[in-house]
Amino acid sequence: MTKKPSFNLFSFIGGLYHKVSSGRNAVIFLAVYMALTSLWVYFDSSRSVIVFLLFLATVLLIYKLKLSHRTKVIFAAVLALVIVPIIGVRNIFYLEVMFQICVFASLALGLNIVVGFTGLLNLGYVAFYAVGAYLWAIFGSQQLNMLHQIPGSAPVGTPFLLAPDWFYLFAFLGLAVAAIVGILLGLPVLRVRGDYLAIVTLGFGEVIRVLANNLDKPINLTNGPQGITPIQQPTIPQGVQDVLNAILSPVVGHTISIGEFYNLFFYLAALLVILVIALVVIRLDDSKIGRAWTAIREDEVSAVAMGIPLVKMKLAAFAVGASFAGIMGVLFAANRTFVSPESFDFMQSIGVLTMVILGGIGSIPGVIVGASVVVILNLQVLQGFSLFLNDLRQSGGVIPIINFAWKDLSSQLDPAKYQRLLFGLILIIMMIYRQAGIIPAVRRKRMQKAGQAPLQPQAEVKPTVEDSHDAA
Amino acid sequence: MRRNFAATFLREIFRPIGQILIFITATGAVLSVFMLLLALVLRGSAVDQAITARNGIDLMTYTIVNLPQVLLDGITIGFVYAAIALGYTMVYGVLEFINFAHSEIFAIGAFVGVEVLIALQNGGMLTDISSLAAYGWLIFAILCGMAASGLMAVIVERVAYRPLRTAPRLVPLISAIGVSFFLQDAIRLVESLTTGQFYRVFPTFGDFETRQILANVSFNGTPVDLSIQNKSILVIGAAVLMLVGLNYLVNATKLGKAIRSVAQDRTSASLMGINVNLIISATFLIGGALGGAAGVMFALKFTRIDPYMGFFPGIKAFTAAVLGGIGNITGALLGGMVLGMLETFAGSFLSVFTMGAAGAEYKDIIAFAILILVLIFRPTGFLGEQVGQKA
Repeated sequence: MTKKPSFNLFSFIGGLYHKVSSGRNAVIFLAVYMALTSLWVYFDSSRSVIVFLLFLATVLLIYKLKLSHRTKVIFAAVLALVIVPIIGVRNIFYLEVMFQICVFASLALGLNIVVGFTGLLNLGYVAFYAVGAYLWAIFGSQQLNMLHQIPGSAPVGTPFLLAPDWFYLFAFLGLAVAAIVGILLGLPVLRVRGDYLAIVTLGFGEVIRVLANNLDKPINLTNGPQGITPIQQPTIPQGVQDVLNAILSPVVGHTISIGEFYNLFFYLAALLVILVIALVVIRLDDSKIGRAWTAIREDEVSAVAMGIPLVKMKLAAFAVGASFAGIMGVLFAANRTFVSPESFDFMQSIGVLTMVILGGIGSIPGVIVGASVVVILNLQVLQGFSLFLNDLRQSGGVIPIINFAWKDLSSQLDPAKYQRLLFGLILIIMMIYRQAGIIPAVRRKRMQKAGQAPLQPQAEVKPTVEDSHDAA
Repeated sequence: MRRNFAATFLREIFRPIGQILIFITATGAVLSVFMLLLALVLRGSAVDQAITARNGIDLMTYTIVNLPQVLLDGITIGFVYAAIALGYTMVYGVLEFINFAHSEIFAIGAFVGVEVLIALQNGGMLTDISSLAAYGWLIFAILCGMAASGLMAVIVERVAYRPLRTAPRLVPLISAIGVSFFLQDAIRLVESLTTGQFYRVFPTFGDFETRQILANVSFNGTPVDLSIQNKSILVIGAAVLMLVGLNYLVNATKLGKAIRSVAQDRTSASLMGINVNLIISATFLIGGALGGAAGVMFALKFTRIDPYMGFFPGIKAFTAAVLGGIGNITGALLGGMVLGMLETFAGSFLSVFTMGAAGAEYKDIIAFAILILVLIFRPTGFLGEQVGQKA
């Protein structure tokens, strides 16, 4: 038996990656990759999922390659502020996808604080999102001026309560109100043990939804199941529109309409919010509070013994997690100009949980990747599959061997409506095969490297009582 | 040993029946007295005037006239909740784990039962049949639903829970949520591919809809009809049978002893020669089968079923199990009864007593409110023993 020199694709790619993973090569590789994929997406009129995924992989590359911090920031800024707006304005669908990714990534980051850092399973997380959305929906529409009308019977031309630019203030109010609601919920339920807490928060989420559904009487606060519309969007000054039009319209080949400006605006707003949120989360994770959360997650009793104020820290986790959902709720309400209780059902909570679990529980880059994957699966893959099946039905084709005509395929088979199947499968498979997620949390990786059992208390928590060393 | 058998048998049969009677009477009495007191306090108030203006009778008469029927309906719903709660409570008792997918196991039972009946109807087996044959076919459908649900519960345990038995507590719970969501859409997929729609309607046959008039009296000149549908009697009868049967199985048979010992201490049980995996599978089989039977009865009572039907009954049954003391069969019965009655009372009286500001649509919230209150003030439920804080 002679050993033949064989060509191994994986080692080849590995070697290639090693060559380009650092230094000047990396910069050139990244620039070329980014340029190629952007151009491809730009000229790809069929909205191919694969091309878009390759394009989004740029973000992952920026994160993974060994580059200086400054280079990374420059690349990310060019990508987020120049390339995505151009591609998005040319094909507005991509801006919608990016907006949803930003929204759900923030929700996932918020839930990650509660579930990932602190280990409290919250199944009603979308309630905080609903609180934010309804806050701006009620104050940013005509709703408060028609409290005494039966839903749907309000006279045309009812004045709006506030000017549209109050939106900016309400974004922060959404943050605060959701945090307060989080604390109010947390106060009674945090004494409840792990799996019971999950059910109680689930109940809380349903209570908020039922309230939104039924508070159209005795006074019409939420307009019931019909939802509130129209909700105002902040104004974009004419001057800004003109300047942007002058720059962008030659590149994308048409003048930009006001609707497209709003898509761009909300994409940038969501991007700004998620940047701030990500920074806050990263800083929190490394702070004393973050370490206290981890301690609570790993072993509540030991955490208390180490002098960690249990209730305070749990409440902090609830409040911070809720506030992220609150501000994104305000953004969501303004973006859609419409909210209804349907958008905040239990499935949405599980959707966000799926993102956290898929990406990596407790891992900040992980949950962002998880959110992106789930949003793209939802918006592009499932819907693309639905469209593909529709085309097949209309094509009049027949499967050869079993002689099945495509047009006989049940019209009920619409993959876009089977999100629960997708979420369920992801949750089961991740739990059985990869509990740490796609990108495991750094702390978890360190623990695995050290060969410690995951439940063993860590030496990271600084004891507040000096002589506790002796006791241990 | 032999002499004891008869005594055990009688004790395990009659004790639960006695408990059922006590629970029904106590819950019904407490709630009725509360409603009557409330009506008495509010006599002459705006609420009273509103109802007198609309219906021509005062609040007290309205309450008394409606009370018996509300009680009967509450008992029926209470038995359905109790039957579902048994599945949660058995699994929790053995594994200390909330089987979130139990609500879908329940839905599968309903779908299989209804599909069997629809198939029979399409085959012409259900037209012009005697009422005895109708009951026979219904029991057949319930058995089919039980078999399907029990089997599905065992499969779910084998695939999604067993690999995670030693994992941290939240891991199997998340897996169970995944199973729950997966099964909802799986039912929908199968139904819509085979029938073109994803909801089904219970076929009409037999005399299940007929109302038995129990009493007909009049109060203050207002006639009070006290009637109960045949299907409600059937639901109550089947649920009592299930409760008594399960109670006997767990408390008086060898299998029951094995289940109890696994629930107490898995390691020691296996050292005593008990096949722990087999017993856990058996627990899921029994709990699932009871859920399936409850599903068919639910379909019989409410006629229309869809793949997402399990969610609310599931959550409420879980609440019932926690309320009564999770892990405790009698507790599940008591919790189901209290919750069913509270909900029916809220559905019937809330709208009148709040002058239309809050109506029956808030009855779903009641379950959650109770759940939160119980977990805060008495996490062990009414009858639960001290459960250790296993993190």
